[in-house]
Amino acid sequence: MANRTKRIATMFAAMMVGTSASLAGGPVDDKLVIDGELEINTRVPAPEGHPFDELISGWHYRTPETRDLEADSFQNPGMLYVERGEEIWNTVDGAAGKSCASCHEDAETFLKGLGASYPKWNEEAGKPFNIELQINQCREQNMQAEPYKFDADDQKALTTYIKHQSLGMPMHVDLSEGEMQDWWEKGKELYYTRTGQLNLACATCHENYNGNYIRADHLSQGNVNGFPTYRLKQSAMVSLHNRFRGCIRDTRAAFPPAFSDDLMALEVYVTWRGTGLDIETPAVRQ
Amino acid sequence: MFKGATQFSLPAAFAGLAILAASAAAAGTVAPDSVPIEDMEMSQSLTGVPGDPLAGREAFADRKKGNCLACHANADLSAQLFHGEVGPVLDGAADRWSEAQLRAIVVNSKDVFGEQTIMPGFYTLKVGINVDEKFAGKTILSAQEVEDVVAYLLTLKEN
Ligand code: HEC
Ligand code: HEC
Ligand code: HEC
Repeated sequence: MANRTKRIATMFAAMMVGTSASLAGGPVDDKLVIDGELEINTRVPAPEGHPFDELISGWHYRTPETRDLEADSFQNPGMLYVERGEEIWNTVDGAAGKSCASCHEDAETFLKGLGASYPKWNEEAGKPFNIELQINQCREQNMQAEPYKFDADDQKALTTYIKHQSLGMPMHVDLSEGEMQDWWEKGKELYYTRTGQLNLACATCHENYNGNYIRADHLSQGNVNGFPTYRLKQSAMVSLHNRFRGCIRDTRAAFPPAFSDDLMALEVYVTWRGTGLDIETPAVRQ
Repeated sequence: MFKGATQFSLPAAFAGLAILAASAAAAGTVAPDSVPIEDMEMSQSLTGVPGDPLAGREAFADRKKGNCLACHANADLSAQLFHGEVGPVLDGAADRWSEAQLRAIVVNSKDVFGEQTIMPGFYTLKVGINVDEKFAGKTILSAQEVEDVVAYLLTLKEN
C-alpha cells in the first residue's frame, strides 16, 4: 500500500514538472540503466535500407523526471502491471481448467526473448501475430476461455508481463517467415500515407520532425520498443494499437480496429523501424 | 495597398460556384479550391468581408480551430503555454509576407511550400484519406475565419 502511494505521488510530481518543460531540440544525451544494473541499448545503428542512420528510443525525448521513473523499477508504475500479469499467468481460467503455466511450465526460460521477436508469422492464421493475438489464441484453443476484449486490463497486464521478460533484449522481426515481407511492404505504404483532415502521415511527424516540440509534445521517432507503455497523462498502461489509433485520430481520420490487417501491417513495419533497440517494457512516457 | 484586396467584390462566376459547391459555405463566400493559388498568392478575399484581427487571434490559438501554436511560436501570445517549434516563429510574419501570400499560406500551404509540408491546408478539401466523418467534406477553418486569421497575421510586425 505504502509503495503504491509513493509511486503515485512520484508520478504526479513528474507530471507537474513535465508540464513546465521548456523548448529544447533533439534527443537528450543520457544512458538508461535500470536499477543501476541493466543497461538498455536506447541508441543503435539503423539496419540497411532504413531512412535514419541511428535509431533512438522514445526515452531520450522525455523529461528527466519521466526518464528517472523508468530507470527505477520500484518507482515505475508499469511494474504493477508486470506483477498482475504474473498472477494471471499462474491462474487457472476456462473450461479446460488450465493456466498458462500449466503448459508453459518454466516461464522464465520459455518467455525469455520471446516478446522481442514479435510480431511473428502465424502459419495457421495466415497473418502476423502480436503477443495479444497469441494470448487470445492460447486462451481460446488451449484453455477454452473467452478471448480478451481489446485493451481489457488483463490483456494489457499479461502482455506487459510477457514483454517484460525480454527487458534489455534487442527487438527483431523475422521477415523471412511466411508472407512477412508483404506485410512489411503494406505497413510501409501505410506509414507514408497521409490521413485525415490534417493530412499527415506517420512519417510527417516521426520521420521529418522528431526532436521538435509539437505544442507540449516532444516528437520522437515513434518507436515501439517500450510497449505496452505506462502513460502519465492517462495514469494507465497503453497498448501499441491504442497508441497507433490515437496518432491516427489526431490527424482527424477514422482509425482502423485494433488487430485489423492495417494495424498489424503497421506493427510489423514500425517494429522493423526499431530493429536492434532493446525492449523497455514497461516504458514510462508522458 | 493590400487592405484594398478585401474589398474586391466577388466575380459572379465564383459566387455561383460557391453556392453550388459547398453547402457549408454561406452564399457569397468562395468555395474551397475554387480559386487557384498562383505564384504563392491568393489576392481575392474569401468572403468580401474584412477580417477581424481579434477574432483571428482567437482562432489562431484555439486548439480546435487554427491550433497554429502547435507548430509556431508567437510572442504576441506568450501568455499561452506550449508554443511548438515545428514551423518558423511567426513574429514579424507580416514583414515577410504580403496579405495575398498569407492568405495563400493559410488556405492551402501545400500550394505555397510544396506537397511535403507538415502544415495543414485550412481551407481546402484536398486532404488525407479516411477523414473522420465528423470532419468529412469540411474545411478546418471557415472562409471568414481564414480572413480573420489573415487579418491577425497582418498585425504581426517587427519593423
Ligand atoms: C493446453 C496447453 C496450453 C495452454 C494452457 C496455453 N498454451 Fe500457449 N501454447 C501452447 C501450444 C501448443 C503452443 C504452440 C502452438 C500455438 O501457437 O498455439 C503455444 C504457444 C504459445 C506462445 C507462442 C510461443 C512462440 O514460440 O512464439 C505464447 C507466447 C503462448 N503460448 C502464451 C500462452 C499464454 C500467455 C497462455 C495463457 C493465457 C497460454 N499460452 C496457455 C499451449 C498452451
Ligand atoms: C501529428 C503528429 C503525429 C502523427 C501524424 C503521428 N504521430 Fe505518433 N506520436 C505523436 C506524438 C506527439 C507522440 C508522443 C511523443 C513522441 O514519442 O513522439 C507520438 C507517439 C508515438 C509512439 C510512441 C513512442 C514511444 O516512445 O512511446 C508511436 C509508436 C507512434 N507515435 C507511432 C505512430 C504511427 C505508427 C503513426 C502513423 C499511423 C503516427 N505515430 C502518427 C505525434 C504523431
Ligand atoms: C503541423 C504544423 C503546423 C501547423 C499546425 C501550422 N503550421 Fe504554419 N508552418 C509550418 C511549417 C513547417 C512552416 C514552414 C514551411 C515548411 O517547412 O513547410 C510553416 C509556415 C508558416 C508561415 C510562413 C512562416 C514565415 O514567416 O516564414 C505562416 C505565416 C504560417 N505557417 C502560418 C500558420 C497559421 C496561421 C497556422 C494556423 C492557422 C499554421 N501556420 C499552422 C507548420 C505548421
